[in-house]
Amino acid sequence: MTAATASAKNALLTWPRPASPDPAGQPLLEFRQVSKIYGTGTAAMRALDGVDLRIGPGEFVAVMGPSGSGKSTAMNILGCLDTPSAGSYLFRGVAVETLSHDQRARLRRHYLGFVFQGFNLLNRTSALENVELPLIYRRAPRTERHARARAALAQVGLTGWEGHTPGELSGGQQQRVAIARAIVTEPSLLLADEPTGNLDTARSHEVMELLVGLNRDQGITVLMVTHEAEMAAYAHRIIHFRDGRVADDGHAGGPV
Amino acid sequence: MLWNALLLAFREIRRNVLRSFLTILGVVIGVASVIVMVTLGNGATRAVATQIESMGSNLLMIRKGQHMGPGQTSSAPAFDLEDTVALERDIPAIKSLAPSATDSITAVVGNASWATSVNGTDNRFFSVRNWTLERGRLFSASELSGGRAACVIGATVRKELFGPQDPIGSNLRLKQISCEVIGLLAGKGQSSMGHDQDDLVVMPLRTFQRRIAGNQDVTLIQVSIRDGESTERAKTDIERLLRERRKVAAGEQDNFSVRDMKEVATMLTGTTQVLTTLLSAVAAVSLLVGGIGIMNIMLVSVTERTREIGIRLAIGALEREVLMQFLVEAVALSSLGGVLGILLALGASIGLADILKVPFVFNGGIVLTAFLFSAAVGVIFGYFPARRAARLDPIEALRRE
Repeated sequence: MTAATASAKNALLTWPRPASPDPAGQPLLEFRQVSKIYGTGTAAMRALDGVDLRIGPGEFVAVMGPSGSGKSTAMNILGCLDTPSAGSYLFRGVAVETLSHDQRARLRRHYLGFVFQGFNLLNRTSALENVELPLIYRRAPRTERHARARAALAQVGLTGWEGHTPGELSGGQQQRVAIARAIVTEPSLLLADEPTGNLDTARSHEVMELLVGLNRDQGITVLMVTHEAEMAAYAHRIIHFRDGRVADDGHAGGPV
Repeated sequence: MLWNALLLAFREIRRNVLRSFLTILGVVIGVASVIVMVTLGNGATRAVATQIESMGSNLLMIRKGQHMGPGQTSSAPAFDLEDTVALERDIPAIKSLAPSATDSITAVVGNASWATSVNGTDNRFFSVRNWTLERGRLFSASELSGGRAACVIGATVRKELFGPQDPIGSNLRLKQISCEVIGLLAGKGQSSMGHDQDDLVVMPLRTFQRRIAGNQDVTLIQVSIRDGESTERAKTDIERLLRERRKVAAGEQDNFSVRDMKEVATMLTGTTQVLTTLLSAVAAVSLLVGGIGIMNIMLVSVTERTREIGIRLAIGALEREVLMQFLVEAVALSSLGGVLGILLALGASIGLADILKVPFVFNGGIVLTAFLFSAAVGVIFGYFPARRAARLDPIEALRRE
């Protein structure tokens, strides 16, 4: 490892996050010949097959493709939840596969926000406490946690709903709580796995408007998996996966 | 972080109040039984010690024959009053001694009768055995020398024969003699062996010998030793003197026994302590079983909360933070069990001590030990489920419904 990458790695893992913004002109995320193989021998399954990909800071990318195309595997690796079997995944120039389990957890804690199809909120826990959760792992003081969580909920339009538990909220509201939880840490990258998959059309458009706003106003890079072309159309760029490869990588026309 | 984990643990416990309670029940019972056993055991030990003290400190009991087991003595000649005179004269360590002869006789008053132990002795008996008078008087010199039928009775005899009436001045029939009650002894309660010490009638030795036993025998000599003198030394001196007087040949076994009540006390308290330890050990096993109960529920909890763990790991919780969370929860559960167990034990020991008539002896040490032990149970049995939670793969965990 060269001195430059070592210092980049240190910068990535120190907290508080360095004040410098995400490097312009340089990719935020980069796949270099990334493969992911499950199983061994004849039963081996190539989920990703030598994928090259570069995503710059501030992009809004939709990831599409049929099930089994490798898009979920790619998202897991991009979310630092998994590592490639071969090739390299660079996050801000640092090879994620060289990081330890704990280092990847810290990276997720400091740079990433997750939104899931099934919302994945903690049951019987108030919206405010759900949003505070990532801040607890950052050791934020109680008053700061409350303030930031309230601000994040306000940003997703849920002022006044802080004390409600997921069971008392509609699907659209639950997803907005999940988005508030993802952005409360001011992440560089927001990973959304079919965020509108469980919502009706009207709620889906509300959630998309919210993501577009976050991308536009706060410069958060958004990576979203979706099945619906209508939702993918909100993105600047659509990547199609097929059989473990990138089949198509093009720019969309923007919001419909 | 620890504070947060603690808050989270208590929230989880509150969410499943019934389940949490059932989970910790094993620890509650384990902790409570250990404390109750130790507390009652200590109470019993204290009771034995107090009772033996009440018999008289520095007390030696000289009996004829050798003690052969429960209620059996080898046949041997009895003592006589000259033996007691010789003991007092030749052994300076003796403060006081009381010769006595005893028999079990049914006492009758009107329609009431009661089988009791009748003691022929003199006034020194009361001082040697630490008896105090509740009412009436002890024997006069003329009663002792004249062999008059006067008697001092214990609290139990009074209760059985006279009820609430004042017994002083009434008459008591013992076999063919009628005996005037002149004194009532203050109650001492049960002895360590369950023997009622207050169940006795005392009369002058001469009266007993002439009118009940029909001989001059002294069957028991109770000796109190001066403060500061060694009871061991006094015991050896007494043995040497009696062997000489009773013409026991060298190499032959004593045909009498000298018992130091302190030895008996040590032996008895030793026995109760061994029993206490044994019972506590059995109780400690139930603590272990309680720990397994906690492990079981923690494993169920990890399975149930797989998705929650996945979320926590995805948003950046470290493995050791998840481990800590579940470990803290297990320890909070088991400590809560410990606290409930301590409260239950204190209530139960106070109640049981009352029923079993042993003093309630509070032992802060065992309460603290039991609490720490219960917390340790949480750490030991919580570690495995906690590690299981921490090692979950976030991708798998999030996919789980």
